[in-house]
Amino acid sequence: MTDLFSKFDPLIEQRRALLAGGVEDPFNLVMERVISPTVAVCNGRETILLGTYNYMGMTFDPDVIAAGKQAFDDFGSGTTGSRVLNGTYAGHRACEEALKEFYGMDHAMVFSTGYQANLGIISTIAGKGDYIVLDIDSHASIWDGCKMGDAEVVPFKHNDIVAMEKRLKRIPEGAGKLVILEGVYSMLGDIAPLKEMIRVAKENGAMVLVDEAHSMGFIGPNGRGVAEDQGCLEDVDFVIGTFSKSVGTVGGFCVSNHPKFEILRLVCRPYVFTASLPPSVMHTATTSIRKLMHGKAKRDKLWESSRVLHKGLRDLGFQLGTPEAQSAIIAVIMPDLERGAAMWEALLHEGLYVNLARPPATPAGMTLLRCSLCAEHTADQVQTIIGMFERAGKAIGII
Amino acid sequence: MDRAATAEKIAELIEPFNKKGVAVTEATTFAGDLEWDSLTVMDFVAAIEDDFDIIISMNQQAEIETYGQLIDAVTKLQG
Repeated sequence: MTDLFSKFDPLIEQRRALLAGGVEDPFNLVMERVISPTVAVCNGRETILLGTYNYMGMTFDPDVIAAGKQAFDDFGSGTTGSRVLNGTYAGHRACEEALKEFYGMDHAMVFSTGYQANLGIISTIAGKGDYIVLDIDSHASIWDGCKMGDAEVVPFKHNDIVAMEKRLKRIPEGAGKLVILEGVYSMLGDIAPLKEMIRVAKENGAMVLVDEAHSMGFIGPNGRGVAEDQGCLEDVDFVIGTFSKSVGTVGGFCVSNHPKFEILRLVCRPYVFTASLPPSVMHTATTSIRKLMHGKAKRDKLWESSRVLHKGLRDLGFQLGTPEAQSAIIAVIMPDLERGAAMWEALLHEGLYVNLARPPATPAGMTLLRCSLCAEHTADQVQTIIGMFERAGKAIGII
Repeated sequence: MDRAATAEKIAELIEPFNKKGVAVTEATTFAGDLEWDSLTVMDFVAAIEDDFDIIISMNQQAEIETYGQLIDAVTKLQG
């Protein structure tokens, strides 16, 4: 018998070697108690959280919590059904209404996760004979959506407008074209030149889908994302987003002005063949989305923290993923996985949690310590974090 | 461009990517013999696409494991 697990042997060995060095397992951390959006007790230590996607700090917002509790009492713990059968409650509709208002778009469709939103929309709208042209650094959910559908998949070099244009021009006459971009790329925290890219995509007759998972609530005058910030949101055909980041719960969505958009509810399998989100999640999401519409003060504070942390780490001599702060993600580039894991552990012992990211999630085989800020981080916490990085970086020999 | 001319052109294009100086035959595999990672594959595919003005989609790339298969595919894609 061939052991189907033998394909995982190299990874099992790499993990064994890493942990044999005595490092705490970076992929097995437990949050025992969560004190606030920025502080938790992890593996027995009080820890500053700098590796969550809780950008706007909505997880402990009193209005959000109250809405969830009320929904438990009024609607029960779950829907036990698909959106197209018994799983659409008043809360699901209310949430879609809130999204339409938030983005100023005609249609909104809520999925059970952000992953499923990409999986469902991409695999459904790009079919046999159509072409998907996408950035090579796209998120796994985008790649999986491509793999699940029947379209021809054509990647281009990250943020390379000329490479994208060349590929679009080579697509056979008459074929359907979908260009897929992200506002913020989550590994390095860099943004896309959406305005130029979308202009080129439109000139070449493509529809455009933009994943704004890491920008919602934070980037753009109304928190609608990078496309809004660059003044090209009206040219985006489909915006994909998530509730598991700034919104502070779980779920995914697509908003669009396409006149035939509603038909997707009947043909999109990851929407149809799964249970809808619990009412409590819908009511917390709706309340949070509506509050994010008026989140300018929080957005300003988050930008300030992001810039201060970026400058602080850069001045210490760390190599960062972007020349300046472009989002709430600041990626610190590690020389290799071993020293990355050692640095991660040293930071944890200092009382700081960041994300350790490594291939295949990262571009160019990089090992990264990804810091993601929250609007609730205080200026004092940001200074404390910089001090922790300095001590850990010197102890491990990275700076 | 016929198969021989295509092969000659691809041999030129592969040169800068063949850093280990592996002797390339029709049976040489990209992942196994040349030990290319996904990034090198992307850059090489882009070079081929730009030179021949064709698209080799991911779907087509999945079918191309050897140097010989690449020559066949590019010959065909030029129509």
